[in-house]
Amino acid sequence: MSLLIQYTLIFASVLTLVALGGCFSEHSGVINLGLEGIMVIGALGGALMMRYLPANLSPFLMVALVILGAVVFGVVYSALLAFACINLKADQTIVGTALNMLGTAAATVVVKAINTAENPDDVSSTIAYVQPKKAFIININGFEFNWFMLIAIVILIVAFIVLYKTKFGLRMMACGEHPQAANSVGISVYKMRWAGVLISGALGGLGGICYILAGVSEWKFENGVAGFGFLALAVMIFGQWKPLRIALAALLFGFFRALSNVYFGFDFLASLNIPSAVYNMMPYIISLLVLAFTSKRSRAPKAEGIPYDKSMR
Amino acid sequence: MKKILKNEGVQSLLASLLCIILGLLIGYIVLLFINPTGAFEAIIDVIKNFFNYAKLNLQLKNLGNTLVKTAPLLMCALSVLFCYKVGLFNIGAAGQYVAGACASLYAALAWGWGWLPCLLFAIVAAALLGVIVGLLKAYFNVNEVISGIMLNWIGLYTANMILTNVKETTSPYTLHLRTANPSAILPAMGLDKVFSGNLYVSIAIPLAIVVAIVILVLLEKTKFGYELKATGFNKNAAKYAGMAEKRNIILTLAIGGALAGMGGALLYLTDYEQWMCTVSSVPGMGFNGIAAAFLGGLNPIGTIFASFFIQHITSGGAYVDKTMYCSQISDLISSIIIYLCGFVFFIKYAFNLYLSKKENKVDTRFTKKEMEEIQDVQNAKGGDEG
Repeated sequence: MSLLIQYTLIFASVLTLVALGGCFSEHSGVINLGLEGIMVIGALGGALMMRYLPANLSPFLMVALVILGAVVFGVVYSALLAFACINLKADQTIVGTALNMLGTAAATVVVKAINTAENPDDVSSTIAYVQPKKAFIININGFEFNWFMLIAIVILIVAFIVLYKTKFGLRMMACGEHPQAANSVGISVYKMRWAGVLISGALGGLGGICYILAGVSEWKFENGVAGFGFLALAVMIFGQWKPLRIALAALLFGFFRALSNVYFGFDFLASLNIPSAVYNMMPYIISLLVLAFTSKRSRAPKAEGIPYDKSMR
Repeated sequence: MKKILKNEGVQSLLASLLCIILGLLIGYIVLLFINPTGAFEAIIDVIKNFFNYAKLNLQLKNLGNTLVKTAPLLMCALSVLFCYKVGLFNIGAAGQYVAGACASLYAALAWGWGWLPCLLFAIVAAALLGVIVGLLKAYFNVNEVISGIMLNWIGLYTANMILTNVKETTSPYTLHLRTANPSAILPAMGLDKVFSGNLYVSIAIPLAIVVAIVILVLLEKTKFGYELKATGFNKNAAKYAGMAEKRNIILTLAIGGALAGMGGALLYLTDYEQWMCTVSSVPGMGFNGIAAAFLGGLNPIGTIFASFFIQHITSGGAYVDKTMYCSQISDLISSIIIYLCGFVFFIKYAFNLYLSKKENKVDTRFTKKEMEEIQDVQNAKGGDEG
């Protein structure tokens, strides 16, 4: 049972972080479909840090530097989306999709190159981080508390305050609702949108490293992050682009994702003899159902997905 | 010359070529970073693909292999293209492709069906998957990209579950079609002989090209295609004009699904590949289809060539020196190409701006000359009066 709670919380943390990232980007008016790719690149940044940092580093420094690596990689990568969609007015769907493919391909190429350079027989795309992972986890009577659970809560509160209680957040949301009106009162729409996308890059990267640290102690980058970026988008839509609802939605989705990890630990579920594939499918099926019932009265930012053109009215 | 440059099709072609060149260049730079010594050879190996073999018959045989995988890629690209023309982004093509592969393999291996019923079954199964996306979009306002992605994963796990029933006992792969049920293999009609006896070459390739032409005609020359495109341009206007916009959305995704599903069947009914029942990521075919569709300038004929090119470099990735590089470098190149394809409208816009500026310059010069003439005339007149 404690295992189920542990996995639910950690997956919910991932989903909260990434969905909040999507929330910032969409409130500024840019649909960030590339979150999946951003997660992969963020995970790569963190994993590379764990690989190259000395193992005897103090846990605090380790956590801080790994997070820094993930955030920096995520931000830099999301700049590709921002540049294409804001400055060049490219189609946000195409660019987002391209970033997803590019993320997995680039991470695979980089990790394979590193592995092969070290040992010519090693053609795997796996990075192992058994030792550094310990810095992130505190064991409380068998329950593995992960620092990311706390980080997710802190970021949730910060996101709420930034969006609703600061000038910056309110201005950003104006750019997602009616950019021309925002511009007419002197807000730079381009700057706000850049800020929104870069924040989503930072949170996406953070979510990425959190995801690969969730259950395992090595990651095969060829597999990307298994559609988690898209689950986060579903969480965001279910959460109606509002931070607190997003957190609740993330708990629900996290629970179903956790179930596929630990269902065999429950006699009741194990005795049903359902193939593991069904549990693997569960989060995706739930999200489809949830979307079907919530999208009708969607409160999406009005101007999302439309490139901002100063000369339009 | 100027007329040619102003032609929409020519501009698309130039933009696509620019994307390819930039994509290859960036791929080369990445290779340089990994290991500068063999980078140039590696990128040439990728571009050469089957030309890496010296003998003609081996070249033909490997060209055949590339073509075997071009057919399903072309189908996926057509699926993406068709839906995009109606304003829908069918990222679910990847899952529909899986559905087609799964349905055709299961019908062939479990029920012993012949190739034609297998192919039709695959088309129907994948079309149904497309219909789900369409229903969700039309009646529940669910973004087709999100539902498509969710269905990709649901389709993948379902396929794994179903195909586990027809797999080899000792491996995670499905049974060999050639030994288990040869009647399900697509007929070659003598094409195998053209490619030095390549067993996998079949009617899949001409079939895919025929479908591309059918799609072109359907979109450009029929009332049905016009209605679909009108729905894509403006859903509300189409509704106002008396078109059944909900039906059109569902129908479009059904056709998109059918196309991608046919692609899955066209690959797996050649026995070129066996399905691995433990595969944990959605096959890249559907996503590469997006690349091919946009690289082809969203034109069915252009897509034929773009699909071949994408498959050409993807297959070419296998020839890089594995002691230094990995074959995923070609995935990297094709994803960079898609990213750049996002700029196509911008490239065209900048190009047209440049062209019209040039024209304007000529115009001003001409008017200057004219002005002088006018002035001369005026001067002469003035002289007369004076």
